[in-house]
Amino acid sequence: MIKAILIFNNHGKPRLIRFYQYFAEDLQQQIIRETFHLVSKRDDNVCNFLEGGSLIGGSDYKLIYRHYATLYFVFCVDSSESELGILDLIQVFVETLDKCFENVCELDLIFHMDKVHYILQEVVMGGMVLETNMNEIVAQVELQNRMEKSEGGLSAAPARAVSAVKNMNLPEIPRNINIGDINIKVPSLSPF
Amino acid sequence: MALKIVKGSIDRMFDKNLQDLVRGIRNHKEDEAKYISTCIDEIKQELKQDNIAVKANAVCKLTYLQMLGYDVSWAAFNIVEVMSSSKFTYKRIGYLAASQCFHESTDVIMLTTNQIRKDLSSPNQYDTGVALTGLSCFVTPDLARDLANDIMTLMSHTKPYIRKKAVLIMYKVFLKYPESLRPAFPRLKEKLEDPDPGVQSAAVNVICELARRNPKNYLSLAPLFFKLMTSSTNNWVLIKIIKLFGALTPLEPRLGKKLIEPLTNLIHSTSAMSLLYECVNTVIAVLISLSSGMPNHSASIQLCVQKLRILIEDSDQNLKYLGLLAMSKILKTHPKSVQSHKDLILQCLDDKDESIRLRALDLLYGMVSKKNLMEIVKKLMLHVDKAEGTTYRDELLTKIIDICSQSNYQYITNFEWYISILVELTRLEGTRHGHLIASQMLDVAIRVKAIRAFAVAQMATLLDNAHLLTGNTQRNGICEVLYAAAWICGEFSEHLENPLQTLEAMLRPKVATLPGHIQAVYVQNAAKLFATVLRSQEGNTDSTTAQETSQLMIDRLPLFVQSANLEVQERASCILQLVKYIQKLQQKDVEVAEEVSALFAGELNPVAPKAQKKVPVPEGLDLDAWINEPPSESESEDEKPKAIFTKEEPKHSRPRHTEVDEKELARRREARKQEQANNPFYIKASPSSQKVYQETPGVEHIPVVQIDLSVPLKVPGLPMSDQYVKLEEERRQKERAEKKKKEKKKRKEKRSGRGKKHDSGPESEEDITPAHMVDIVTEEMPENALPSDDDDKDPNDPHKALDIDLDKPLADSEKLPVRSHRPTEAPKSPAEDGDTESAAPQEPKKKSSKEKKEKKKDKDKDRKKSKEEKKKKKHKHEEGGEDLLGGQPDEPVVQSEEPNEEVALPTSTSAEVSDLDFWLSNAPVPSNSQEAATVAAAAPIPQAASGAAPDSEPDEPKDTEVETKSSKHKKKKQKKEKEEKEKKKKKKHHHHHHHSDGGGEESVQNGTVEEEEPLPPMSNYCLLAENSYIKMVCDIQGNLQDGSQVVVSVIFENKCNSFLKSMEFNVLDSLNSKLQRPEGAGPHDGLTVPFQLPPGVSNEARFVFTVQSIVMPQKLKGTLTFIVKNEDSSTHEKLDFKLHFTCTSYLITTPCYSDAFAKLLESGDLKGSSVRLEGVNMPFHHLLARICFHHHFSVVERIDSCASMYSRSIQGHHVCLLVKTADQTVSIDAKCDEPSLLGNVLDEIKQTFSQC
Repeated sequence: MIKAILIFNNHGKPRLIRFYQYFAEDLQQQIIRETFHLVSKRDDNVCNFLEGGSLIGGSDYKLIYRHYATLYFVFCVDSSESELGILDLIQVFVETLDKCFENVCELDLIFHMDKVHYILQEVVMGGMVLETNMNEIVAQVELQNRMEKSEGGLSAAPARAVSAVKNMNLPEIPRNINIGDINIKVPSLSPF
Repeated sequence: MALKIVKGSIDRMFDKNLQDLVRGIRNHKEDEAKYISTCIDEIKQELKQDNIAVKANAVCKLTYLQMLGYDVSWAAFNIVEVMSSSKFTYKRIGYLAASQCFHESTDVIMLTTNQIRKDLSSPNQYDTGVALTGLSCFVTPDLARDLANDIMTLMSHTKPYIRKKAVLIMYKVFLKYPESLRPAFPRLKEKLEDPDPGVQSAAVNVICELARRNPKNYLSLAPLFFKLMTSSTNNWVLIKIIKLFGALTPLEPRLGKKLIEPLTNLIHSTSAMSLLYECVNTVIAVLISLSSGMPNHSASIQLCVQKLRILIEDSDQNLKYLGLLAMSKILKTHPKSVQSHKDLILQCLDDKDESIRLRALDLLYGMVSKKNLMEIVKKLMLHVDKAEGTTYRDELLTKIIDICSQSNYQYITNFEWYISILVELTRLEGTRHGHLIASQMLDVAIRVKAIRAFAVAQMATLLDNAHLLTGNTQRNGICEVLYAAAWICGEFSEHLENPLQTLEAMLRPKVATLPGHIQAVYVQNAAKLFATVLRSQEGNTDSTTAQETSQLMIDRLPLFVQSANLEVQERASCILQLVKYIQKLQQKDVEVAEEVSALFAGELNPVAPKAQKKVPVPEGLDLDAWINEPPSESESEDEKPKAIFTKEEPKHSRPRHTEVDEKELARRREARKQEQANNPFYIKASPSSQKVYQETPGVEHIPVVQIDLSVPLKVPGLPMSDQYVKLEEERRQKERAEKKKKEKKKRKEKRSGRGKKHDSGPESEEDITPAHMVDIVTEEMPENALPSDDDDKDPNDPHKALDIDLDKPLADSEKLPVRSHRPTEAPKSPAEDGDTESAAPQEPKKKSSKEKKEKKKDKDKDRKKSKEEKKKKKHKHEEGGEDLLGGQPDEPVVQSEEPNEEVALPTSTSAEVSDLDFWLSNAPVPSNSQEAATVAAAAPIPQAASGAAPDSEPDEPKDTEVETKSSKHKKKKQKKEKEEKEKKKKKKHHHHHHHSDGGGEESVQNGTVEEEEPLPPMSNYCLLAENSYIKMVCDIQGNLQDGSQVVVSVIFENKCNSFLKSMEFNVLDSLNSKLQRPEGAGPHDGLTVPFQLPPGVSNEARFVFTVQSIVMPQKLKGTLTFIVKNEDSSTHEKLDFKLHFTCTSYLITTPCYSDAFAKLLESGDLKGSSVRLEGVNMPFHHLLARICFHHHFSVVERIDSCASMYSRSIQGHHVCLLVKTADQTVSIDAKCDEPSLLGNVLDEIKQTFSQC
C-alpha cells in the first residue's frame, strides 16, 4: 500500500499532496515539513530510500523518492510494495506528466494541480497501483479531457479566452524550468 | 435560457479561477495569509450562488488551499453539491475535493450514498470511474456496507477500465466492512484470470494485500498464483505474486520446495533488477521456512548471497541498499554464509549514504561472535568519533549497546572491556542516549557480580571528573550517566578503594546544577558512602577521620536542603538530621557504624522488565467487583444515613471476600503453595531466587586467567578499551598456547601423528573463554509468572477482522446487503435517503461444498451468530424506515440476477482446496512444472483431478508417512480411546436397554431428562479383517473435495509379538471402483503401506479409491500381504478382506438451513420413499445422533419427536429425511433426486437400527 504521495519543490513548498489515510490538515503540513527536511539534506547520488519518518508510518514504512531538477516526488509505502517497483512507478508518473503537459515544468504543477491529481488518479487509486502502462494512462486522461472540453462547449469559451488573456499579460512565466532530466537511468526499469 | 448561461459565464470571467488564485498567492508573498483569507471570503460568496459552475470553481480553489494546510471541511456540503452535478467536469472537481478532505467522521458523507450509487451505475464509464476513485479515498463502514453489492456488480463490468477500479476498491470495502469479503471473494478470484492484464494486476494486488495480513486463508490459491507466475510477463504482477509467495511459504514448506526451482530460473533469466531482487527475497523466505533439514539448499543460499553481493557492490546506491536489506534476512537463519562477507559490510559503514550505513549496522548486529565482537565494536567506536550529525552518531551508540547486550550479553567475554566502552561513550557530545548508557552500566554492575569492583572504580573516576560531563549545558543528555555512577558507587561501596574521596566528589557544590532526580540519587548514595566510611574507620582508635566525614556531610548537605526539587530536599534534610545525630554519638565515642550500615543492608536483585505485568491475579480476586457497593444515584440526600444501616444486609450476601478470617486465609495460602509446588507447570522461585547463568557449558573447568590490571584506569577521556582488545588477544594467545602444550603433551603421551588440524584451524567459538568467571544474574520474575508472551498484538489492527476462512461455503446470512431503488428515480434530497432503500430479504442459496474442520465450523458459527445479530439490528432499523413508507415490494428485480451467479461459485472453491494437497505433493518437477500447474489449476473439473491424482501418487505415500509418523503418538492414543469407546458402547448398550425399558416413556415425555442423558459413544470404524497377527479396522468416507473419490482409512494393529513389515495393500478393482495406484504401477499391483509395525503398535493409512457411480453399494475383495519377522525367522503371511462401500459412505455431512431445505422439498425434483422401523426404543435424540453419525446427516430442524435431516452425496445428490417417532416406531420419509441411492441409504439406516 502507498500511504501518501507528496510532491514539493526544493524549498519544501507543496505542489501536490495525496494522503491515502486520513491526517488532519495541520498534521499533513507537519508531515510535509518533516519529509522535506529528511529528503532535502540528502545528496543526489545517494540511495532513494529513507526510513524513519516519525510522523507518517512507522517501522513498516519507507519513503521512496526521486528528485527531478526542482521537484521532489516522494512516495510513502509499506513493505508490501517493491522498492524498485515504486521507483519505476515514480518514473512512469513523471513521464506521463511530461507527455500530458508537453515538457512538464514546475509551473505546470503549480497552476494545474487539479490536472496533476487527475493524472495521478489514473496511476494510483486508494493507495494501490492501478495502472503502470504509460500509454494506457495517457489515453484515459486524454479521453476524460476531451469529455470535459465537449461539455464546456459554448459556455466555457469566454472563460478560456479570458484566461488566455490573463496569461498573456504575464510574460514572466518561464517555460524553461522544466523538470529536468526525466530520462535518468533507472537500473531496474524494464518493460513494464 | 442559453443567453442566461452565457451571461452567467461572462460574469464568471471575472471570478478568480484556480490559476488566478495561485498567481495571486505568488504575488502576495509578504502577506500571503491575509490574501488567502480574502480569497476564502470570496469563495464563501461564490459557494452561495446557484450557478454550479461557480461553485465548482470555488471548490477547485478550496482543494488548492487544502494543500496549503487550510481546513476546508466547512465546505463539505458544497463539495457534495458539486459531486452531484450532472456534468463530468464538475463532478470530477467535486470528487477530487471530497477525496482530499473527507474522512470517516465527515458527517455529510452519509448524504452521498445515493449519489455515489447513481454514479456507479452511470452509463458513462468516466462518471463511474471518478466515483470509484473518490470512494476509494473516503469510504466509510456505512458506505462500504451499502455499496458493496453495487461495486461487486461492477467487477464484471464490460469495460476493463471500470473492472480494474472496482476490483481495487474492493480491498477498501473489505477493510471497512469485513463481512463482504466472503461473498465477494469468488468473483475476486475470477478476476485473477481476467483477460485484461490491468484487471488481472489489480486482482493480484488486492489478494496480495489481503494475504499479507492473513496468509493462511489464501494458501489454497497457491496453485493459481503459481500458474500466473509461470505464465505472466507483467513484472508488476510477477513482483506482487512473488512477494505473496514469500508470505505463504512459512505456512507450507512443501510450497517452498516447489517454488525454488522456478524462482532460481527467474533469478538467472530476468534482466529486471526489481524482479530479481524480489525473487531473491522470496527464495530467502523459502530457505528460512525450510531451514530445518533439506541439506541440498546450500546451493540456493550461495546463489542468493552471491547475487546480493553483486547488488551490494553495485555502484547504484539503491541496489546497494536493497542488497544489505535482503542480506539481513538471510542473516537470521544462515549467519555463516553472511559472515563471510563481513569485509564488504564493514566497508559499507564508510559509505557516504546514511541509509546504507544504517542497513550495514543492522547487519553487524547479527554478525558478531565472541571472537569478533571487540574488533567490530572498536571499528564502530572509530565511526562514532568520525560521525558528523548527531542522529547517526546516536544510532551508532544504540547499535553498539545493542550489539554488546544482545541475548543476555552472550558475546561479551570481558566485561571490563565493556564497562570501559560504556565509559568511553560518555564522552559523546550532545547525545540523547545518556539514559541508555546509564541503564547498561547499572545492568552490568548489578548482574555481573565479578565486575563490580572494577565498575565501582570506573564510576568513582567518572564522579570525580563529573565536571567534564556537565561542563557544557548542551551535553545534559549525558549527565544521566552520573545517576548510574552515583548509584553504583553507593550501592557497592564496599569495593571502593577510597570511599572518602568519592564522597567528597559527590558533595561538591557543582552537583547542585544537575537535574533533580540525579541530585536525589547523589544525596541518598552519599549516605551509603558515609556508612561505608564509618564502618571502615570502626576499628581505628583514631576517630578523627570518621568525625571529619560527619562534618563534611553536615557542611555540604544544607546545599541540598535548599534545593528546589522536593525529593532532593526531603532526602537531604532527613539525612542531615541523621548525620547530626550520629555526630553527637560519635562525640560520645559510641560505636554507630553497625547501625548506620544496617540502614542500607540487603542486596537488590534485578527485576525483569515485564515482571509486574506477569504477576498473576490471585484466585478469588475479582478486580471488577465493587469493594463497596456504589451508592445508587437515585437516593436522595436525607436517605443516605439510612442506607448505611441497610447496607449491612447486602454485605452478608457476599461473604466470600469479607468474611474469610485469618486462619482460613492462611490455610488457603498453604494449600495453594502446596498445589503449586506439586504442579510442574509452575515456574518456581529457586531458593536463592537467583539462577546462576553460565555462559558456556564447561565454564567451571576452564582455568581463569588473571589479568594484570596495571593498566592505568584513572584517566577518563582516554580510550582504554583498545588496550583490552590487545590484552584479550594476548590472553587468547596464551590460552591457545597452553592448550597446545597440553595437547602436545597428550599427544606425546599417546602417539604423535595426525591432529594437526586442530591448532592450525581457525579458532572456534567454544575455544574462547571468558576472562572472568561471570555469573550473569537472571532477572527476577514474580512467583507463578504466566509464561504467556502475547502482549504485543495490536487489538486495533483493521486486518484482524479480515481473518476469515474463505474456503468455507457461503451461508445465507452472509450475502451482501442488497438495496434497490424504486423504479422511479429517487429525488436527490438527502433527507429521503433512507426511504428509497429497503433491504431485500435474504435469498436462501444452495450450498454445494462441505465443511472442512469442526473447529472452524464452531468459530464461524459464533461469528455468524454475532453477525446475524448485527444484521437483525440493521434489519430492524431498516424495517422501521419501511414501515413509514408502507414497505415497497421491489425485491424481485434484484433477486433475478443474484442466485445464478452465486450457485456456481462455491464448488470451485472447495475443489481447489483439495487440489492444493495434490498440487503440493508433486515433487518439484523441473521441466514440466508449468504443466503440473496447469493440471492443478484445471482440476476443478473432476476428470482432470482424477487424471492429476495418479501423477501425484508417487509422493503421496511419503506424505502420508510423514503425517502418520508425526501423529503416531496421537493416533495410538486415539485408537485406544476408540477401542475403549467401542467396548464401552457395547456395555452401555445393554445398560441402556435396561434403562430405557424401565423409563422409556418417562424420558420421551420429560424433555429435560432426555437431554441430559449422555450419548453413547460411537465409532464408524468397523472391522475389516483379523487374524492372529494383525487386525484391520476401517472407515470409509467420501472425499470432501472430489466427487469421484472415496478415502478409506485403515488402522492396522499388530496383535502378535513379532515385527510386521513390508505390508502391501491390494484390492481387485471393479469396473466401477478402482484403487488409486502410483503412476507406472500396473492395475493389479499392491500399494505399500508406508510404515512398519512393531509389536502391539497400531497405525493408520489412507487409501484413495475412484468411484464412478455411487448409487449402489459395492464390495471389493482385497488382500493384505506382509512379512512377520521374528528374531530368528520371517514368514510371509496374507489376510483377505472385503471392503464394503456402503451408499452411506458416499454421503457427506452438510449443514442446511431450514428455508433452503423447504425450498429444496418444494422444488419437486426429488423422489420420495419411506421406511418404518419397529421396536426402536432409544431416546429420540440418540436416534438422531445415530443417523447423523453413522450416515452423515445433519439435523435441519427438530420439533418434539419429529426432525428433518439433510445430507449430500459426493456427487451432489440431495438427501432429505423426515424422521418421526411414536411408541417405539420410527417412520422415515425420505426424498432424494436419485431413487436408487435413496433406497440403499434407507436400507442401511434400517440395518443400523436392527443391529442395536
